[in-house]
Amino acid sequence: MTAVAEQTGFWLTEFTNQPAAEPWMRKLREDAFERFAQVGFPTTRDEEWRFTNVAPIARAKFAMPAAAACNVTEEAEPYLGRHADIQANAFVALNTAFLQDVKFVRVPRNKVIEQPIELTFRGIPGQTRHPRVLIVVGSGAHCTVIETYEGEGAYFTNAVTEFVVGDGAVVDHYKVQRESLEAFHVSTMQATLGRSANFSSHSISLGGALVRNDANAVLSEGTEATLNGLYIVDGTQHIDNHTILDHAKPHGASHEVYKGILDGRANAVFNGRIIVRKDAQKTDSKQTNKNLVLSDNAVINTKPELQIHADDVRCTHGATIGQLDSEALFYLQSRGIPKSEARSLLTYAFAQDIIDRIKPQPLRESLERMLFEKLNAHGK
Amino acid sequence: MSLLEIKNLHAQVGDREILKGIDLTVNSGEVHAIMGPNGSGKSTLAQVLAGRELYAVTEGSITYDGKDLLELDPEERAQAGIFLAFQYPVEIPGVSNMYFLKAALNAVRKGAGQPELDAMDFLDLVRAKMTAMKMDQTLLNRPVNTGFSGGEKKRNEIFQMAVLEPRLAILDETDSGLDIDALKLVAAGVNEMRGPERAMIVVTHYQRLLSEIVPDFVHVLAEGRIVKSGGKELALELEAGGYAVLGIQDALQDEAEAVARV
Repeated sequence: MTAVAEQTGFWLTEFTNQPAAEPWMRKLREDAFERFAQVGFPTTRDEEWRFTNVAPIARAKFAMPAAAACNVTEEAEPYLGRHADIQANAFVALNTAFLQDVKFVRVPRNKVIEQPIELTFRGIPGQTRHPRVLIVVGSGAHCTVIETYEGEGAYFTNAVTEFVVGDGAVVDHYKVQRESLEAFHVSTMQATLGRSANFSSHSISLGGALVRNDANAVLSEGTEATLNGLYIVDGTQHIDNHTILDHAKPHGASHEVYKGILDGRANAVFNGRIIVRKDAQKTDSKQTNKNLVLSDNAVINTKPELQIHADDVRCTHGATIGQLDSEALFYLQSRGIPKSEARSLLTYAFAQDIIDRIKPQPLRESLERMLFEKLNAHGK
Repeated sequence: MSLLEIKNLHAQVGDREILKGIDLTVNSGEVHAIMGPNGSGKSTLAQVLAGRELYAVTEGSITYDGKDLLELDPEERAQAGIFLAFQYPVEIPGVSNMYFLKAALNAVRKGAGQPELDAMDFLDLVRAKMTAMKMDQTLLNRPVNTGFSGGEKKRNEIFQMAVLEPRLAILDETDSGLDIDALKLVAAGVNEMRGPERAMIVVTHYQRLLSEIVPDFVHVLAEGRIVKSGGKELALELEAGGYAVLGIQDALQDEAEAVARV
């Protein structure tokens, strides 16, 4: 058997074990599985996966939980699978082939939902889960969505979240990834944004042994999009964040700040692509990736990728890789603060501006606590 | 017993020797001024006393309160009552002044065998000291020194000193970057803290700070050694005649002349 056939053989068994579904759903799944069977898992020869080797995921062959009938209504049909592209990413294809676990939220036009919509996914030891989220926000509506991924032991989470955001809508999205340190986590967030919509997505990644996040947004005319991220890795953790901000129409603005804290022998990848299409004049885009590297053995690969096809635009990008500021460390110590505490204080301070931008207070406070504990453990 | 005894202190950064045999004894209650041209080693001495790792002590000893100071980490020195007011206070974005001060005060109190202050007592203390330094209370919620003006940074140093109540305060070029009104305010804060239980080392290039904070002793540092010591009148002599009366040139002047010669 070829490598691809060998990989897909396992998934084929799982695929055929799924209960029957409505024809529209069956078509989605079949097309997706066909695509996955064609390409299999990506390898490091694939430019998009150059620094992230997913062979351990392919090898693990974590089974799916007992198959359940798909819970999603036909109302989802015009949206589901139309935004996250099975051609672009084999993991999206795999998720779509196993559409069962779908959380579908629809916010009617002009409706303002104050209370955050909270979705929590727990990994089950030894199993694979393909969580799927579809959020359709009507024009002029406001909502906040918090996704949390957590669990214990070794398992595989392969998540896809699609946002379809109407004209003038305001959406605030948070994804908190605090999987077990033995877990594999692959996720795609794909947002299609309407005219003058304001969309911000914050990705906080703390857990996982092998993590890959894709966060992509397609902007329309006058759309404002923010992609922020914070990743904290230690030990042998590997995290890869790929983002795409696609300015398809004029007058869009995008802001992106990703910050990473690396310790131990951890690996991190940041790849931020900004596309400004021919029509997207007057685009204003700013991307920053900052990394704080606390050990000699941690590795970061960071790459901005600007594809600009319009001529009247402003796009800036910058990446930094640095260590703790020894002057600041000495200043804190000279005031009596022990070195280990001073180190964790400065590390925490590095992450502070990402945390400060988290609007829901309970989430911000719980992340502050989580971070503080994690960084205190680092210092000692 | 003296509070601080420095004997034949040599220190270098990289392989460049900066301090070349300093001897200095400071007793509680005394204020010593260290003057000297640029590049004489004044700031290095201040940083070595506070424990900056950048400088390697290659010879000599420093005894503080009967202990070998060179054996102590910077935080242990602070906990033992040493305070350095920085020439260039460091900006620390992301750490609020309030959090920083509380952590510092509790660490220093712990070092002195005192219990931690609770939040209310801490706030009362801090507010009182801020009022004395005419500091805006909103500075408490701002990140440490971040976006502060030069004057605010220097005042913040003296404010920290007032909160931490050290036994040995070292002021490194506290007058630089201050206008005369700010200088008077800072000096008043420092004078307020003079007392029999506290010693101070005031490092400065110019005499003007010393007419506000009048020292008991003045030492002139040149090329890594103390070349002259005396009473407060020595500072006035230097003001009148410049360092040249002692046959000392500014390292910067040396450089300028070296350039001119080329």
